[in-house]
Formats: sequence, C-alpha cells, structure tokens
Amino acid sequence: MLYVQVLVNGLVLGGLYSCIAVGFSLVWGVLNVINILHGSLIILGSYAAFFAYQYLHIDPFLFVPAAAFLLFCLGYAIQLVFINRVMGSPVLITLTLTFGLNLLLYNLMILAFKADFRKVILSPPLGSANLGGIVVPIDRLIGMAFAIALVGLLYALLRGTRIGRAIVAVRMDREAAQLMGVNVGRIYAITFGLGAAMAGAAGSLFSVMFPISPETANALLGKAFVICILGGLGSVPGVMVGGLTLGTIESYSALFFGPEYSVTISFSLLILLLMFRPTGIMGRRGFQ
Amino acid sequence: MTRLIVVATALVLVALPFMADNYVLRLATTMLMYSALALGWNFIGGFAGYPSFATAAFFGLGAYAGGVLQTRGVPMPAAWLLAGAIVALFAAALGRAILHLRGHYFAIATLVAAEVLREVTNSATDLTGGGMGLNLPVLSADVTTQARLFYFAMLVVAAAALATTALVAESRLGFGLRCIQQNEDAAIMLGINTRRYKVVAFTLSAVFPGVCGGIYASWVNYIDPTDVYDVLLSVKPIVMVLLGGAGTVLGGVYGAFLFLLMEELVWRNLLQFHAGLLGIIVVCLVLFLPHGLRGIGLPSLLSRWRQRTREATP
Repeated sequence: MLYVQVLVNGLVLGGLYSCIAVGFSLVWGVLNVINILHGSLIILGSYAAFFAYQYLHIDPFLFVPAAAFLLFCLGYAIQLVFINRVMGSPVLITLTLTFGLNLLLYNLMILAFKADFRKVILSPPLGSANLGGIVVPIDRLIGMAFAIALVGLLYALLRGTRIGRAIVAVRMDREAAQLMGVNVGRIYAITFGLGAAMAGAAGSLFSVMFPISPETANALLGKAFVICILGGLGSVPGVMVGGLTLGTIESYSALFFGPEYSVTISFSLLILLLMFRPTGIMGRRGFQ
Repeated sequence: MTRLIVVATALVLVALPFMADNYVLRLATTMLMYSALALGWNFIGGFAGYPSFATAAFFGLGAYAGGVLQTRGVPMPAAWLLAGAIVALFAAALGRAILHLRGHYFAIATLVAAEVLREVTNSATDLTGGGMGLNLPVLSADVTTQARLFYFAMLVVAAAALATTALVAESRLGFGLRCIQQNEDAAIMLGINTRRYKVVAFTLSAVFPGVCGGIYASWVNYIDPTDVYDVLLSVKPIVMVLLGGAGTVLGGVYGAFLFLLMEELVWRNLLQFHAGLLGIIVVCLVLFLPHGLRGIGLPSLLSRWRQRTREATP
C-alpha cells in the first residue's frame, strides 16, 4: 500500500513537473536556446499569484490565465529586445546571455520580494481526499489536473493552429519556413512568450503547493534540465513522460534514501543518461 | 620590446608585495586567481570552443580536497598540489564520459556536474563538515607574511597557466583544438584524435582552477559548499575571457584585470545590486562586444574610420 501511495505522490508531483518543463523544452527545441531564465520566470509567476491572492483575494487556480498572459508579454519582449539579436550564435553566447538576464531578474526579485519563503495558504484549506486508503491533498490534485490540462492545451495549440504550425515549421527547417513566408523573428518571440507563459502558469500552481522564494528558481531550472534529458527533447509527449518519470523517481528515492538525496540522485541519473542515451526515453536526436 | 615588457611586468609582480599595503595585495591576489581561472577555462572554452560551465566544480573540488587533506595533517603546499592532481583525475574521467556531447548537452552536463559535487559535499558531513563548512588549520605566521605567501602561490599558478597557454597555442595540441572549434567533423576526417585532444584540454582547464581552489581554501581559512561551488565561479571566467578575447594567450589576463577593476570600482558601492549589475554587464558584453575589447581596439577603429572616409569620397 505504501508503494502505491508513493507512486501516486510521484505522479501527482510529476504532472506539475511536466508543466514546469514544457516551456523550457519548447524554447530549447524551437529556438535552440537554453533558457536559464526559466526558473526565475516560474517564480515570477508564483509571486504574481501570491500577491493576487493576498491583496485581491483571487484564487491562484483562477489566476493561472492572468499569470500566463503577464509572463507571455514579458517573454515576448525579452525575446524581441535581447535574444533575437544573438539567434544563430554559438551555444556559449546564447547561454551566457540568458544567464546574464537571469542574474538581473533574480536580483530584481530579491530587491522586490526579499529572500523570505512565502506560500499561498488557502482559506479555507481544501483538505485531502481519501481514495480507498490512498490519501491525496486536494490542492495538489487540482494542481495536477490544471498542469496536465495546460500541457494538453499547448500540444493542441502546436498541432491545431496556424501559429502552432508555423512554430513547428520553424523548428523543422528555419530557412524553408522563411521562404514560405513565416516571419521567423516574430515566431521566435511568440515561442519564447509561450514558454514564459507556461512558466507563469506553472508558477501560479506551484505557489499553492510549495513555499516560494527567488532562491527556489535554480532548483526548478535543474528539474527542467533533468526532465528534458529524461523525456527527450523537442516533443510535448516526451516532456510529459519525463515529468512523470522524474516525479516518480523523486518520491521513491525519498522513500529509500531520504529526501536530502533526491537532487543528487536525479542529477546523477541525468549525467548517466547523457553518457549512454543522450536522446532520452522518448526522443529522437535533438538539435546538436 | 616584447621581452622588455615581460621582464618589467615580472619585476613589478615580484616587487609588489613588498611595496603595497594589504588591501592592494589582496586585490592583486584575487586578480591572479581570476587570471588562472580564466586561462584555465580558455583551454576548453576558448581553444576548443566547448561551452564548459565546470570551473566551479573544479574550484570547489580543489578547495575541499585541499581543505580536507590539510585538516588530516598534510602540509599546505603538498595539499595544494594533491588537490590539483585529484581535480585533474576527476576532470579526465568526467571528460571521457561527457565530451562526446556537444553544444547544449555538454553545457548542461558541466553545469550539473558542479551541482552534483555540491550536493555530495553537503551530504558527506563526516568528511567535509557538510553545510556547516570546513575550518582549516590557522597558520602561525603574521598577517603580512601570510598575505605575501598566498600572493606568491597564486602568482606561481597564474604564471604556470599563462606559460602552458603559450605552449599550447604554439603546439600541435593548440592547432588541433582550433580545428575542433572550427569544425569538429572535419577535424576527425583530417585524422585528429578529437577525443584525446578534448580530454587533454578539459583536464588542463581543470588543473589550474583546482590548485586555485586549494590555495583559496587555505587563504580564507573557511570554506562552505555554497561558496566554493558557486555557479558564478563558472560564469565569471567566461565573462573575463569574452572580455579579453577567446582563444588568445593573453586574453584571459586582460579580461581578469578589467573584470576585477569593474568589480572593485562599481560593485563595492552597490552591494544590494551586485548580481544584477553583473547581469547587465554580461548582457551588454554579449550583445555589443561579442569579440571582446579587441573588437573596439584602436586598429579596428582606425580601419572603420578609413572605410568611412573612403565611402564619403567617391
């Protein structure tokens, strides 16, 4: 029974993890940029939700679209103003640029929000559900449902809309897409905006389940790395598999070795995977 | 002329600790450490063009290796050298494991390597003191003597790094690494053993930060995982090399000097916005000066001006 409970915990966590990583994977796959900002963008979404709940009493779950919209605008602007200038440069340049932007954003968040940990505490609390002996907190359950729905929404957007098809076209062949009349610079900005929007939405959900602080950003970025490598780069289902796998691995390793080793274990797994199977569980070979 | 400059610089560097006060000496020691870190990164990042973020891993491992050895009674200089050897072995093994990766995958693997070491150091409380940090034995010498000692230690490491860089730049190894940077597949076809070259470059890029870490641990007497595995230690050398010019011999030294100058002049007045300002500098550097300060050097300004006058007079 304990093992089933741990599995359920892991899958619930994994749903949120997919949502955390899907924007990162999208940006990496389409723009070929490692977005070091991603963790900080998630935390920014969390703070937006936190303050919306504290001062305006907006439920964090209902705040998800607003957080996504705010972060979309920010991401669109960042891509248009900064990153579009270095598209096509070597990895070192794009990575260092997002690193610099992240330092700036991190410092601004520390100044604005302080490094204290905060958490949205819903009143009244939602309690937990007991499904035949398996106990799941209801806020986490709703969070997971939202997270999976959001990932599905992104998938549908990429598959079904004109903009989504343009994004996929740019990912497959930039020059050919340009010849077909796609405005590549704008598609890049929209893609980065979508990545940021997913980060904001995930952050909004995250603020209900976990305490937040600007210091949390790096841990979230690390999880996004692991999930992308686990699931393989460049597809939404891959991220889903990666997220659920990481969630499960984390909860079982917390059970067997203790929670303090969960980061070590997932990162060691990442290095092992990179050594032997850099394409991940699901993936084809990504860009480079 | 060049020889004269080299001799003069060497004389100044040797005489400095006997003339300057402890503040300047501390700055100079930091500057030498930064130079060694930047020169180290240049082997893999500048020559071979591999985006390594492993400097923090090497520095931290070196600091803890040196620190733990010293608390176990190993004499200080021996501990530094052993730290360098341990870090070199680690880098060679890590390099063999991950240097088949390119681009983003390599960058992430190196970033994560530092995190894993940090977590391992944190958990191995018996050996390293974990999150409480590690106190090193205090030297019995007076403050000025100590400051001079660490200055000369860093000077030796930086000079060794510079000499190695000059040797590599002239050698077959340097040529092979430049080939790898330009086109690795073509380099393989030309018969360059890219695997071995990259592992050698990666190991070289680890030795100097490793020894620096060992010296740093003795210098500050107290280390903790968040301090010596700080990811900024991986980023700062990159910024320095980009400032000074990647893949050149002296680029790392220039970059370290300029970087420290900025750090001292600007940042000490802006303690609350330290990381943010570094971020702004990085962004500006990448966007406006991707080839470092050579990009705005006098020759290029002159040629640009000539070009403009030529365009103006048809």
